[in-house]
Amino acid sequence: MLSRVASSVYWLSRYVERAENVARFIDVNYNLTLGETDTLANQWAPLVYTTGDQTPYEELYGEPTRENVLQFLSFDKRNPNSIISCVSLARENARTIREIIPTVVWEQLNQFYFMVRTAAGEPGLMDQPQDFCERVRLASHMLVGATEATMSHGEAWHFSRAGRLIERADKTSRIVDVQYYILLPDARDVGSALDVVRWSALLRSASALAMYRRQYGKITPSRVADFLILDTQFPRAMHFCLRKAQESLRYITGSTAGTFQNLAEQRMGLLCSNMDYTSVDDIIEQGLHQYIDGFQKQLNLVGEAIQDVFFTSKQQSEPSSTQTQSQTG
Amino acid sequence: MRLAPYQSSDCFDEMFAPDGQPRPSGKKFVERLQTLSEGSLQQRQKAAEISLQNMGITFNVYGHEAGTEKVWPFDLLPRIIDAHEWETVESGLKQRIHALNLFINDVYNDCKIFKDKAVPEDLILSSKTLRNQCRGYQPPQGVWCHITGVDLIRDRDGQIYVLEDNLRCPSGVSYVLENRELMKRTFAPVFQGMSVAPIEDYNEQLLKTLLDCAPAGVNDPTAVVLTPGIYNSAYFEHTFLAQQMGVELVQGSDLFVEDGYVFMKTTKGPSRVDVIYRRIDDDFLDPKCFRPDSALGVDHLMEVCRAGRVTLANAPGTGVADDKAVYAYVPQIIKYYLGEEAILPNVPTYLCSDQKHRDHVLGNLDQLVVKPTNESGGYGILMGPHSSQAEREKCAAAIKANPREWIAQPMLKLSTVPTLVGDELRPRHVDLRPFVLCGKDIYVMPGGLTRVALREGSMVVNSSQGGGSKDTWILRNGHSLSEPHFSPAVLEKN
Repeated sequence: MLSRVASSVYWLSRYVERAENVARFIDVNYNLTLGETDTLANQWAPLVYTTGDQTPYEELYGEPTRENVLQFLSFDKRNPNSIISCVSLARENARTIREIIPTVVWEQLNQFYFMVRTAAGEPGLMDQPQDFCERVRLASHMLVGATEATMSHGEAWHFSRAGRLIERADKTSRIVDVQYYILLPDARDVGSALDVVRWSALLRSASALAMYRRQYGKITPSRVADFLILDTQFPRAMHFCLRKAQESLRYITGSTAGTFQNLAEQRMGLLCSNMDYTSVDDIIEQGLHQYIDGFQKQLNLVGEAIQDVFFTSKQQSEPSSTQTQSQTG
Repeated sequence: MRLAPYQSSDCFDEMFAPDGQPRPSGKKFVERLQTLSEGSLQQRQKAAEISLQNMGITFNVYGHEAGTEKVWPFDLLPRIIDAHEWETVESGLKQRIHALNLFINDVYNDCKIFKDKAVPEDLILSSKTLRNQCRGYQPPQGVWCHITGVDLIRDRDGQIYVLEDNLRCPSGVSYVLENRELMKRTFAPVFQGMSVAPIEDYNEQLLKTLLDCAPAGVNDPTAVVLTPGIYNSAYFEHTFLAQQMGVELVQGSDLFVEDGYVFMKTTKGPSRVDVIYRRIDDDFLDPKCFRPDSALGVDHLMEVCRAGRVTLANAPGTGVADDKAVYAYVPQIIKYYLGEEAILPNVPTYLCSDQKHRDHVLGNLDQLVVKPTNESGGYGILMGPHSSQAEREKCAAAIKANPREWIAQPMLKLSTVPTLVGDELRPRHVDLRPFVLCGKDIYVMPGGLTRVALREGSMVVNSSQGGGSKDTWILRNGHSLSEPHFSPAVLEKN
C-alpha cells in the first residue's frame, strides 16, 4: 500500500485511541475526587502529567484547577492531545484516505467528530464529565468495532491495529506510572478501604476491574501492576498490546516469529521478549517508575523506526504538503 | 400531500404543462406525491440533509476559513426525463464525444481540419488551452478525452441545447451517485416501481474505460486516481471514485518517474502505475513540462506519457476543444469528421473575434450573455439584461481589448423543476450535466447531475455560488436503456 496511506491509517487509529484514553483519565480522576476530603480532592495535576503535557498546560493556564484541566484535556484546540484535537486530526487523516476506509468507519468517525464538536459548545457539560467521557469511549469502541467487522484484515488493517496498540501500551504505561506514584506513598493506607477504592478506580480507568477480579480476586498493588503491565490476555495490558502490535508488523513484512527484517521489527522484538521474561517482582525491585520510563523510551524508538521504515519515502524526500499525521505524542 | 397551485411562468417546466397538469413523464410521480401525508415530504427532506452530514458528503469552498467543507445541498424532488427523449440525448452525446476526440487528435497530429479550412487555424492556435507539448502524441485507442461532462439546458421552446463541453476534469459524478443512494434511502416508497434507469454501474464503467486505454502490452494494468489533495474543491469526489473503483488515490508526492516508468511509493517499495485518472489541471501535471513552480505534479510525467508507458485520462491538451470559441464550431466539427448533422444543437454563439459578430455583440450587450472563452465555474460572465451600464461599459472595453477571449449568447431561459421551498413546491431553474465515458466504447450515464438554482428567479446553478442538486430519473418505460450502452469501437482510426 501507499506509504502515505499507511502512515495516515496508523495515525488515525493512534489519535482515536489517544482521545479515548484521555476520556478514561478524566473519568477515573473525577470518580476518585468525588467524596474525597483530603488532598486527593484536588488532584488534577496528575491528570496533566499522565498525558505528558504539563509544560504546555503551565504555559497556557498556570495552576491546575479542575475546570482548566478539564477544558485543556477535552476541548482546547491549542493542546494537540486534547480530545477535540485528536478527533479532528483523526478525521483529517481519514479524509485523506477515505477511499480505503469502509464507509461505515468513515461515517462513525465523522459522527464522533460532530459529537465532540457539539459537546465543546454545551455549557455545564463538564460539571459532570462522566457522560461526555462515556460518549467518547463508546464512539471509540464503535469505531474499532466497525473497523474489525468491515475492513479487510490486510495490510491497512494491520497498520491500523499496530497504531492503536502502540498508543494504548503507551497510555496504559503512563496511567500505571502516575497513579502508582500517587497512590503508593502512604504505606499506612495499604489494605484499607480507601486503598481498595483507589486501586479499583485505577483498574476501572483501564476497564480492567472485572477481568482483574477473575484473574486475582483481591486487590493488591503489585498484582494490579502485574495485570496492567504483564498480562498477555487482557487487551489493555502493555504486554498484550505489544505482542499484538508485533504480530501486525510481522504480517506486514512477512517475517516469521523470532526473526526481523528491519529496525522496527528488531526494536519491537527486543522490547517484547524482554517483557516475555520479566516478572512483576523484577519490576518492583528495579523500581516501577524506572521500569516504565525505560519502557516508554524504547516504545518511542519503535515508533520512530516504524516511521522510517514504512512511511518515510526513501525514493524522494520532499514532504507532502497535506500531511497531518506526523505529530507524535 | 396537497399540491398548492404551482406555476412556472415564461419558461418550460419539466414536471407540469402550462395548464397545470403533470406532463406524461411526471404523471406517475405526481400521483404518488399526492398520496404522501402532510409534512412527510419535509420530514424526508430533513432526513436526507442529516444523512448528507453524517455521510460527510461535502464540497470545499475556496477562500473560506479552516473547516472549509459545506454539506452538499440536495433537493428531494427529482428531475424526470422520459426514455424516448433520452435516446436522442444519448445518441447526440455519443456523436459529439466521438467527433471531439477525432478533432483533438487531429489538432495535435495531422491538422487536416485546418488544411481543409473547416475550422480556422488561427482560432485554435490562439487558444489558451492548446498545449504545444502534446503535438505528435498518439494516445492508446486514439482516445484523448475519456471522461466528459456535458452541460445541457432546455430553453423556453422545449428544445435541449448543449451549453458547454467540459473536457478537462469535469466534476460532479460522485454527487449523482450519492444523490441516487440518498434518494433510495429516504424516498423509497416513491422511488419503488418507477422503473428508473440504473446508474450504479458508473464506477465499473469508469474502471473499464481507464483499463481499456492502458499502454499496449500491459497485461494487468494498475490504475490510480491523482488528486491535488484534501484542499481541492472536488476532493470528496476523488476519494469517492478511487474507493468505488478500488484503486489507489495518489497525490503527486506519492508518484515518481524512474527508468522511463511511473511508480508509486508503497510500504513495500516502488510499484508500477499504468493509467492515471488525473484530476489535476494540465499546467500542474509535470513541473518539468508545464509550470515549473507547481508542487502538485510529478517530474517527467509527460515524457513517460509521450513514450506510451503511462496513460493519462483525460490526456493533457483536451482543453483545446472546450474553449468556448471552439465550441461554436462543434457542429462543423461533427459534420467534418462524421459526415452527420449534429443531433443536439448548440446555443447560437457569437464569436467576438469575428468583426461582424463583435459589432452585433457590442450593439446588443443588454440582450446577451457574454462569457470569457476560458473560465469555468461561472466566473467572469456578464448577464446583459441584468447588468448595469457601468458593467456593460467595462465588458465592452474588455471585448475590444481582446476579442478572441470573448463570446456571447442570447439570454436563455432555463427550464424549471418543482423544488421544495418551505412547505411548498416552487419552480426553480435547472441544468443537466450527463457524464460520458470513452474507451473502446462510449458509455453515456442515463441521467446526470441536475443542478438547481435554489434562489428564486436565479439561473446560477454552480454549487460554489449557492446551487443545489437533484436526482435525475430517466424512465425506462419498457425501453431497456441499460442494455446496449455501447456503440461498436467507434474510435478506430480511419
